[in-house]
Amino acid sequence: MDQLSHSDTPSTSIPWWRREARFLDRPLTPVSRFLLLLVAAIFVAVAFLPLWRITLIAPQYQEGLRVNIYSYKLEGGGLAGQDLFEINNLNHYIGMRPLIQSDFVEMKWMPFALGLFAMIALRAAVHGRMNQVVDLFALFTYFGLFSVGLFYYRLYTYGHDLDPTAPITMEPFTPMLVGKNQIANFTQYSFPLIGGVLMVTIPLIIFGAFWFSRAKYVAQE
Amino acid sequence: MNKTKRFTLLTLAVLSAGSAFFAGCSDSGSSGASSSANDKGSAAERTYVAPGELDNYYLFYSGGHSGQVFVAGMPSMRHLITIPVFAPSPGVGYGFDDESREMLGEYTWGDVHHPGLSKTDGLYDGRWLFVNDNANNRVARIDLRDFKTKQILGPIPNSSGNHGSSFVTENTEYLLVGTRFSVPLPMGRFAPVEDYADEFNGMVSGIKVDSESGELSVGWQIITPPFNWDLGSTGKGPSSGWAFWTSYNTEMAHTKLEANASQLDRDYAAFVNWRAAAKAVADGKADMLDGVPVIDPAKVPGVLYYVPVGKSPHGIDVDPSGRWIAASGKLQPTTTVFDFEKVQKAIANKDFQDEFRGVPVLNYDAIVEGEVPVGLGPLHTQYDGKGNGYTSLYIESAVAKWKLPPWTDEEKANPESLVLDKIGTHFNIGHLVIGGSDTRKPYGDWLVAMNKLSKGRHLSTGPSQPESSQLIDITGKKMEMVYESFTDPEPHFAQILKADQIQPIEVYPKAESKNPNAIWSLAESTVTYEPGKVTAKIAAVRSQFGPDKISVQEGDTVVLHITNIEQTTDIIHGFAISGHNLNVIIDPGETKSVTFKADKAGVFPFYCTNFCSALHQEMQGYLEVKPAGTAETVSID
Repeated sequence: MDQLSHSDTPSTSIPWWRREARFLDRPLTPVSRFLLLLVAAIFVAVAFLPLWRITLIAPQYQEGLRVNIYSYKLEGGGLAGQDLFEINNLNHYIGMRPLIQSDFVEMKWMPFALGLFAMIALRAAVHGRMNQVVDLFALFTYFGLFSVGLFYYRLYTYGHDLDPTAPITMEPFTPMLVGKNQIANFTQYSFPLIGGVLMVTIPLIIFGAFWFSRAKYVAQE
Repeated sequence: MNKTKRFTLLTLAVLSAGSAFFAGCSDSGSSGASSSANDKGSAAERTYVAPGELDNYYLFYSGGHSGQVFVAGMPSMRHLITIPVFAPSPGVGYGFDDESREMLGEYTWGDVHHPGLSKTDGLYDGRWLFVNDNANNRVARIDLRDFKTKQILGPIPNSSGNHGSSFVTENTEYLLVGTRFSVPLPMGRFAPVEDYADEFNGMVSGIKVDSESGELSVGWQIITPPFNWDLGSTGKGPSSGWAFWTSYNTEMAHTKLEANASQLDRDYAAFVNWRAAAKAVADGKADMLDGVPVIDPAKVPGVLYYVPVGKSPHGIDVDPSGRWIAASGKLQPTTTVFDFEKVQKAIANKDFQDEFRGVPVLNYDAIVEGEVPVGLGPLHTQYDGKGNGYTSLYIESAVAKWKLPPWTDEEKANPESLVLDKIGTHFNIGHLVIGGSDTRKPYGDWLVAMNKLSKGRHLSTGPSQPESSQLIDITGKKMEMVYESFTDPEPHFAQILKADQIQPIEVYPKAESKNPNAIWSLAESTVTYEPGKVTAKIAAVRSQFGPDKISVQEGDTVVLHITNIEQTTDIIHGFAISGHNLNVIIDPGETKSVTFKADKAGVFPFYCTNFCSALHQEMQGYLEVKPAGTAETVSID
């Protein structure tokens, strides 16, 4: 850390428009580096943990039918993942395409992307430069918004691309992304699980990494 | 002795006058016969199980000559389901698919008398329920994991009229089988009935239970004179390793048994050292008869002893400690209590009063603890685990609660004082059951009286009358009648099991399926053609069969393997073909096979019989049977 500090010598002659460049070159405090290590660990954990859960409850399914969404798989609740089979079986009545894991290409690249993010976070922690924190934040924001958008698009497509020859004709619909919704006799609940919650904490922690290194810059001004 | 005689005479007089008349009168004077509005409220509270709530106990009734087992919840007494064992049951498709048809064999009924729960260390373990068939000499095993009949053993060789069954030993090593009827052996041999005493034989047997699979096989048999073996029970504690049966025809009468088998004051019970019997078979001391090992007790001492029990005894029941054995003579108003510790002493000291065909008869006076004057027509005794016995009184239509030994000298001098309470039942009680009475730790809270007559107690159903079961609260000092329910004919005995002791599966897990003919999606369904034979693998799923058209030629043998590919509780599919006397019911995850000959040309609808879904009506298809010789060649798929 010290070997870097010579290049960080404050100069009062820097014009204000160069100051952000100086800021991006700033080294990170140990707290910020630790937070970035934490972010790397969370990325790894998120790749294995369940992200989201959709629960369907109806009078004859009071115990609920559940689908847990992971970065790499769809997992039905119940005995041996039976709930997914059951949901698909019920959905065939309204002509919805079955939820089949192999249809979700993102489940192939998402664990890889999370690993990549872990590497970027690790790099930031080791190199300890502010610009890497900003990179990580920007890329993750893009990735996060893209994933949520993709999730919404999936829900929209499954609810709208209904087989017109199905036994039951239903108005196209979009299942809820977050919250509670009524679909025919089913109440649908959609909420993040531990992986999803951790994903939300990631930008906060990255922001924390920025925040704990900002003071040094301000002080040196 | 004189007093006993008089009672016996009175009993006989009552019998000849008609027991139903007596039953109608016996009500008054018994506690619990009348109840105030308050009592009714309290009784209702104790038995009420609100909609959506569950009972605490399972009650497994034998179904008598219906050949089935009835399952009820207790204390609500609501009927939950009927488990078919010895009789076809279209409601659950039993007796229509190949497997259950093969299990039933040539019989379409049985006579189930005494269900017995499996035990480990003298306590119910919730694995199996065993039942007997009094008519066709069989026993069967029901698995409590899925409440289905898994095996029928029999007809058991050398056995005729398996009444004294299916009582289970402490660790489910054996279940008992006794011959109520004697015949010339080996079976199929002819001898005139007049030569009954010399040519006919009875048999008491131990059916071996495989501790892993529950598979039943004949373990040992002991040949006996043609006494009519009646009821049994198994030992524990000091009587561990012993089995007991009563008999009611030591006279060896072969005609007009009603009178001729009621002449002696005492009939012989069989006390069998089953560990010694098993050892005798292992040591090669048994002879093979009709493929099973049969022990001649005259040649293998120590296996069998006779014990005199008065008079024409029925039930013989070992108490939870295993020391006291209560046997009741139908024709004397007492229950005889034997002390097994004295039995062991008598055997050790060779304290025998007699010998019958080479088998010692134990000295009655040396082993009896006392005779409890319970009342008229005592049949069966159950125990609450708190030092009390409860004996059913058929003629008196009542249950007597009495104090088990040890007794004080005062009590012995005044045995009437041992009878603590009595409650009327409606009417003519046969068996009674307290949960766990045959284990080391009875539940001791409820008693169910199973009555033979129910007349006037329910809305009239015409000449065919239901059977009555009465729920009695035995937690207090006085017994209290709290509920009455009715079943189809005809429960004899029952077993009670705590609900939380078993966790039955509700679907057959796909992962466990080993059936080579199972398929798990509509896409996998196939129809294969061989000369003279068509085999279809059919998937049943809400709300369709795949395939829904099966084409065959008249005269073809048709084999259908139907898999219910669902894994959801209560999504049960049926498969019935119109005009073919065929209704297979397939539980979730189950594969059933059915084989039949397509001997009628035409087109026959098949459909789902067990309501499954909103589009259940649409779940149908066609079996095309093309007339022989006229159809074009069937393409091979």
